[in-house]
Amino acid sequence: MDIFLQQLINGLTLGSVYAVVALGYTMVYGIIQLINFAHGEVVMVGAMVALTVIGALAASGSMPPFLILTAGVLCAVPVCMILGYLLERVAYRPLRGAPRLAPLITAIGVSIILQHVALLIFSRNPRSFPQIVANPVFDIGGASISAVQIAIMLISLAMMAALTFVVYRTRLGMAMRATSENPAVAGLMGIDINRVITFTFVLGAALGAMAGVMVGTYYGIAHYKMGALLGMKAFSAAVLGGIGNLGGAMLGGLLLGVVEALGTGYIGDATDLCNVEWLSTALAERCADQGHMILFGSNYQDVFAFVVLIIVLVFRPSGLLGERVGDRA
Amino acid sequence: MTRLLDVAGLTVAYGGIVAIRGVDMHVDQGELVALIGANGAGKTTTLKALAGMLTPASGSIRYDGVEITGEVSHRLVRRGVALVPEGRGVFARLTVHENLAMGAYIRADRDGIAADLDRVYGLFPRLEERRAQTAGTLSGGEQQMLAIGRAMMCRPRLLLLDEPSMGLAPLMVQKIFEVIAAIAAEGVTILLVEQNARLALQAAARGYVMESGVITLTDSSAALLGSEQVRQAYLGE
Ligand SMILES: Nc1ncnc2c1ncn2[C@@H]1O[C@H](COP(=O)(O)OP(=O)(O)O)[C@@H](O)[C@H]1O
Ligand SMILES: [Mg+2]
Repeated sequence: MDIFLQQLINGLTLGSVYAVVALGYTMVYGIIQLINFAHGEVVMVGAMVALTVIGALAASGSMPPFLILTAGVLCAVPVCMILGYLLERVAYRPLRGAPRLAPLITAIGVSIILQHVALLIFSRNPRSFPQIVANPVFDIGGASISAVQIAIMLISLAMMAALTFVVYRTRLGMAMRATSENPAVAGLMGIDINRVITFTFVLGAALGAMAGVMVGTYYGIAHYKMGALLGMKAFSAAVLGGIGNLGGAMLGGLLLGVVEALGTGYIGDATDLCNVEWLSTALAERCADQGHMILFGSNYQDVFAFVVLIIVLVFRPSGLLGERVGDRA
Repeated sequence: MTRLLDVAGLTVAYGGIVAIRGVDMHVDQGELVALIGANGAGKTTTLKALAGMLTPASGSIRYDGVEITGEVSHRLVRRGVALVPEGRGVFARLTVHENLAMGAYIRADRDGIAADLDRVYGLFPRLEERRAQTAGTLSGGEQQMLAIGRAMMCRPRLLLLDEPSMGLAPLMVQKIFEVIAAIAAEGVTILLVEQNARLALQAAARGYVMESGVITLTDSSAALLGSEQVRQAYLGE
């Protein structure tokens, strides 16, 4: 098996999901300079709703699998859109003029509240993805790629293309860009900026719902705490690419997914002390006994995202595609 | 003549600090009126309140016979009130063409928009040459042209101009004032705020002088240009 190719495929799959979630962070930031920490929880709600619906329909039998999946998506997306709408209306809009720390703390608070509401509704037990569709695995160049992986990459790509079209080719997208640059002047053009902000939240939440369904399907499981780490990584991806920048979020997400997967694939070998020449004699006995003496195993997977983030930010504080802070007057 | 804009006792405060107090002024349909005053006098505050960007603490603004006090900016544009803000406020990351399209955001008449776009490009050929460039790459003068052109794209009845000559080279200032005169000649009512009092009063028929948030003097431009007070304080004589 080709480890590199395999981890690249896994990384691109996960990275697509990060990218879609990162778009939600970056769009909201671009419009109102708020880091919506509750976005990860929106993704979690999307996954929980979808898997609950899919589980229930699968148990009742009779429906064709494809319809069951579609029903899951068709429930998760509107639920998350409403959630995104309510978040903005109830939690953030009243704080629009407040010092920046206030909405930030609120965002963190909302994310904790959403976790606990999800705990109450869905219980502590994870929802699992029922075995309703076959997930054939294809072999390409010594690595394998599953139908679910292909679907995740294609759907993410389609959503990113659609979003880019909306933002750069439609009247509403132009209003979004104008509002992001200068809300007061956008108002002078006749744009109701509250509507643009609402739209941005709802659109980001819809993408988040799709990401939730995809990640739930990929791992076959969803639980009330999944949004925290996923959200953190996607947020890192957005910062990595340059927060506020759509292309940056996509690039950052994919990059983070790939780095994470490759790191996970290689770190075990790289930190196997038995491979270090000058140590191997000292450790000869243990190495002969166990074959490996690994310092950092693949359980360090979740660390990579943040290590990469820190390294990039040291050299490019505004992210890969971000503008210098001074440009955003 | 009909009164297009009628302001009475307008007071605006920034969180308790009063910036303008009891401002009375009016602009008739088709007039070009200047509002002059030193830096910090309250001219920008006045225009922002008229354009719905600031909510007055008290007083009334009547436009076209209707009370519009407290109406927000995105609604006022639909009534025909356009502001070219101080410092231009072009969307730097949007192209020249997109900026002009934003100006026509409230309109749906494709043919009319296309005609007005031609008219703006006719007034400012430089903008047409740079139509695909982002506005941030334009010179200060070109950005001012763009800001004025963008405001024209909504077909305003009342055009509020906040220091259009600020920071521009003399030749560009002249060009901008020619365009303002051309717009006024088309029948658009204009309230022009300027620190460059001489130019403003030469372009306008009447003027108001503002000092520390209060209107201290109003007269015909000729009278203001001749007044001792204005000559000493604003014309540097
Ligand atoms: N956003 C603001 N917050 C507080 N005070 C302000 C603000 N903008 C202007 N001011 C104050 O209001 C007064 C009038 O300012 P402004 O209307 O900008 O004057 P002008 O346009 O005539 O130079 C000044 O004293 C200024 O310091
Ligand atoms: Mg001013």
